[in-house]
Amino acid sequence: MKNAVGREIPEKIGRYVVKPYTGAYTESPSGEPVHTLRTAGKHVSGDCKMLPSIEEAVKAAGLKDGMTISFHHSFREGDEIVGQVLTAIRALGIRHLRFAPSAVVNIKNPSIVDFVKDGTIDRIEASGIRGELGDAVLEGLMEEPVILRTHGSRPRAIEAGELMIDVAFIGAAAADEYGNATGQIGPNACGSLGYSFVDVSNAAKVIVITDYLVDYPCNPASISQQYVDYVVKVDRIGDPDKIGKGAARMTKNPRDLMIAERAADVMAASRLFKDNFSFQTGAGAISIACTNYLAERMEARGVKASFALGGITAAIVDMYKKGLVRVLECSQCFDAVAARAIVEEPGIVEIDNAVYSNPFSKGSMLDKLNFGVLAALEVDTDFNVNILTGSSGEMMGGLGGGPDVAAGSDISIVCLPVVRGRTPSVTKRVFTCCTPGETVAAVVTEAGIALNPAHKYYAELKEDLEKANMKLVTIQYLQELAESLTGVPAPIETTDRVVCVVEYRDGTVIDVIREIKK
Amino acid sequence: MEIKKPAVAGTLESSDCQITIRPNPGKGIDIDLESDVKMMFGETILETVRKTLEEFGVTSAEVEIRDKGALDCVIKSRMQCVICRGAEERYDWSKEDEKEWQKKQSV
Repeated sequence: MKNAVGREIPEKIGRYVVKPYTGAYTESPSGEPVHTLRTAGKHVSGDCKMLPSIEEAVKAAGLKDGMTISFHHSFREGDEIVGQVLTAIRALGIRHLRFAPSAVVNIKNPSIVDFVKDGTIDRIEASGIRGELGDAVLEGLMEEPVILRTHGSRPRAIEAGELMIDVAFIGAAAADEYGNATGQIGPNACGSLGYSFVDVSNAAKVIVITDYLVDYPCNPASISQQYVDYVVKVDRIGDPDKIGKGAARMTKNPRDLMIAERAADVMAASRLFKDNFSFQTGAGAISIACTNYLAERMEARGVKASFALGGITAAIVDMYKKGLVRVLECSQCFDAVAARAIVEEPGIVEIDNAVYSNPFSKGSMLDKLNFGVLAALEVDTDFNVNILTGSSGEMMGGLGGGPDVAAGSDISIVCLPVVRGRTPSVTKRVFTCCTPGETVAAVVTEAGIALNPAHKYYAELKEDLEKANMKLVTIQYLQELAESLTGVPAPIETTDRVVCVVEYRDGTVIDVIREIKK
Repeated sequence: MEIKKPAVAGTLESSDCQITIRPNPGKGIDIDLESDVKMMFGETILETVRKTLEEFGVTSAEVEIRDKGALDCVIKSRMQCVICRGAEERYDWSKEDEKEWQKKQSV
């Protein structure tokens, strides 16, 4: 069958029953009470939650074959929790698990592929898979398709009962013996633990793992003891060089700077650019540069923002310190500067990923966003966006919060160059549709700005940009320009076998990724 | 032209390609292509390589291309260069005289 973005999708994929995508705002929650596996607990004075090893904690939690385990990705590429836990699980001979982290970071030695090959894991549900794991999945590593969800869709799926977590493993930069935990202090401080809140409050068992045990009570505490079953102290939760990596450097690429500046100009030209506006810019090279250009324009015009949302970078912390933004609502800290700032600054706060982005709650913060700046691998002439797969069909990224931000913000701006090397990025049809075109207001490239005539703010944005003498082009023009530079690419050939399901934020299927033909 | 000695043109920088040519007496044309965009443009690249060899009348050569996503015009230029180097001849610039780009006014 074909879904509302014209993608051919099977009705069933293995055991997965497909609900086709019908539109960005058409679906509603079931109306049932939210699902959870959390049970009441009992502890009396003198009880101890500390266990000597991860293996002991896995045993105590009663992890069995076929269950679901979860992790957060706040330690990014420096994470050593996932590797240690899966090694312990393998040693106990537990198999066929569903692995459901908030995102799969690219861990090596051990690699997730090893645990799939030996049968420890047989299903993966995450925001993205790349590197060795992504390649292996596209080559048909797994029997069951990988389910990819946006940041907003994950808490929705948990509460809808689609993703019930048996054991949540929560890596913490600091914790006390009774389970109060935080990412904000300790030698491996990562800042916000916002992605783990929904796991902690809905998993059947919660295990906190830390390398920095502090005296009771741990303060600040993002994870509350009332949800935590066991605490384990290990030698190392991660690589401090990678977790605590400093601020990302400002790009020097003139093309990226030009695109970033244009995106800032689009925001500044909009009538929504006035006191108390809100924005989210993200962590890519263009995004960080765009944040700086936006700050310049705010200073020049004397405009202050109410809040910035999502993953926070040093560039946004800098704006806060200049008094340009009142509150930073931080579901993730992208660098050490942001991780430190969350401790020191009263207006930089840690938020639950669910309040950031869950579409089926009583309100997510991104619905209050005026501007969302998004990176993309590809965009097509229907304004559909691909943030997952590269030019040869390989896995390049994760869904992250991109589709959520596009749907929530008034004006969503996709920034990308028209070509990368010989790969056209503005195409007739994206290889994988992740963000539907109806939620994309503008595409900003080095060769011009294209507005989406089907977007709800088209008329007013067009008027504002024309008033500011900004040159507009059509998306078709950008596509033809890209093709005239690169030539017409041969289509990527796939088999019929579906290896990844791409869910939209409401849990419908917006696209699938098929096995690449060798 | 006859390829008399091995020659190299280009770099391994992004958006460039490095082409090596070697004599291959009596054994025709052998092309070995490695490309970041082989799936999308493998055939197009091979066509450009063959066409350029033909233009220069090269009938036997071993050609090795390490492509980092170069545009077609870049591949063509690198080919022209590597053929001339391998053949130990200068490029005949008079070939360019009648071409369209010569007639365009410079900006």
